[in-house]
Amino acid sequence: MKLLVPVKRVVDYNVKVRVKADGTGVETANVKMSMNPFDEIAVEEAVRLKEKGVATEIVAVSCGPTACQEQIRTALAMGADRGILVEHDGVLEPLAVAKLLKALVAKENPELVILGKQAIDDDMNATGQMLAALLGWAQGTFASKVEKDGDKLKVTREVDGGLETVSLKLPAIVTTDLRLNEPRYASLPNIMKARKKPIENVKPADLGVDVTPRLTVLKVEEPAKRQAGKKVGSVQELVDKLRNEAKVI
Amino acid sequence: MAVLVLADHDGSALTQPSRSTIAAAAKLGEVHVLVLGAAAAAQAAAQVAGVAKVLHSEAEPYANGLAEPVAALLVALAPNYSHLLAPASAAGKNVMPRVAALLDVQVISDIAGVVDADTFVRPIYAGNALATVKSADPKKVITVRAASFDPAAATGGSAAVEAAPSADDPGLSSFLGAEIAKSERPELTAARIVVSGGRAMGSSENFKIIEGVADKLGAAVGASRAAVDAGYAPNDHQVGQTGKIVAPELYIAVGISGAIQHLAGMKDSKVIVAINKDEEAPIFSVADYGLVGDLFKLMPELEAELAKK
Repeated sequence: MKLLVPVKRVVDYNVKVRVKADGTGVETANVKMSMNPFDEIAVEEAVRLKEKGVATEIVAVSCGPTACQEQIRTALAMGADRGILVEHDGVLEPLAVAKLLKALVAKENPELVILGKQAIDDDMNATGQMLAALLGWAQGTFASKVEKDGDKLKVTREVDGGLETVSLKLPAIVTTDLRLNEPRYASLPNIMKARKKPIENVKPADLGVDVTPRLTVLKVEEPAKRQAGKKVGSVQELVDKLRNEAKVI
Repeated sequence: MAVLVLADHDGSALTQPSRSTIAAAAKLGEVHVLVLGAAAAAQAAAQVAGVAKVLHSEAEPYANGLAEPVAALLVALAPNYSHLLAPASAAGKNVMPRVAALLDVQVISDIAGVVDADTFVRPIYAGNALATVKSADPKKVITVRAASFDPAAATGGSAAVEAAPSADDPGLSSFLGAEIAKSERPELTAARIVVSGGRAMGSSENFKIIEGVADKLGAAVGASRAAVDAGYAPNDHQVGQTGKIVAPELYIAVGISGAIQHLAGMKDSKVIVAINKDEEAPIFSVADYGLVGDLFKLMPELEAELAKK
């Protein structure tokens, strides 16, 4: 089974983002960039499926500027076999990315696409579901366990009250939740080997996809800041404040 | 043109986030609500203030909320509506982007404000920025951050309940089962008070200290990602950027340092209490009341103090 794993370049999760003074977005110049954490989980799951003999080849894809090659290299160092960069400098919304991925699926014919459930920059939580829709495939979102079950895929999903399990016809889409696995760190020899793995470069126009955004960002602002309150000295004082000052209990 | 809300329910009533979604939808047009499953829930939806019509179906493929048939049904209903909304619950987040792609529109996820029929406010970067976005799509497909909208009242409406049409089931997936925790405590996203534990709890056994205080307050129990990853609390307890977003009257964070990903899920709470032995912990920078000390000593004291009236 061939796997496609899309990875997104995002502001590192440890960075405290700052809103630009002109309100057009957040500061991304000179900020540490990394692979979206949920996408690392997706790459790890793909590599584990290959190690189990379920997957035969893993293709890592990233859509965005040239620098996304770094995230593809990370995926290759973790164990993906080759990469595809869909190079584009402007904004790419989930619908546009889903259309680009659909075009790549038509070329590559993977049986499973594993994506992160959510990118930690735009927090949209949409690309996997949108790709599944465009392909007319089944979707197993927010996965905490993925097992091949004959010609089907059994996916355990994290839902509001606990867990649920669904069976998907293949080909299918899976999006990863936090508890699916713990991604490995790439070893130095694997990082060296990854440098020799091929990355193909294509443009949205080569794939015949119009990536014009549908949303216009009118402004980006900082949310109201909470003021730090006071320290209380004892449990008695805390309960007194909650009862008589805040009046919440 | 009317707007359609896909509601979550517990078999007898709509969830509070669904009623918050109805409140958000009411800013956009006449509200119709789609209820899939139990007829009692459709009757309850008809009572919700501001609902003009309820569409109901008990057809088999919709019963377990599988994304593929539910999305197909919403797409079949879409021509009658300008906006399609659902709460940003696990169910809504699963279905609505699929609906949007089938309609060739960009989904607008997790809105925290309605500016006008095309323009919405949504948090990005774990809530560290708020983006105001205007959609150029002819139809809007939206999920709603329930904590940002006061829920519509559960009673006061008297809408008609009609049978929803049926759409073809694409037959792509099947439901095998669920492990849903049964709890006497209120649901996390609807609770008036939430008590959450972090990594410092040390074990799932120790989490009972949180439950003891929660039960004295009639509160829901939450957890940080670190506590869930360590297996101290189940996944559905996770509060944060990628877990549940809560905004209760009172949020008590116990042994939680306050990573930005956790703050993203609770910083809109009305009153925040932090209990932590590290007085430098970032959680204190958002807390209204901070108590520095050993939680294993303070929490039993707190439970005892709350027992006194």
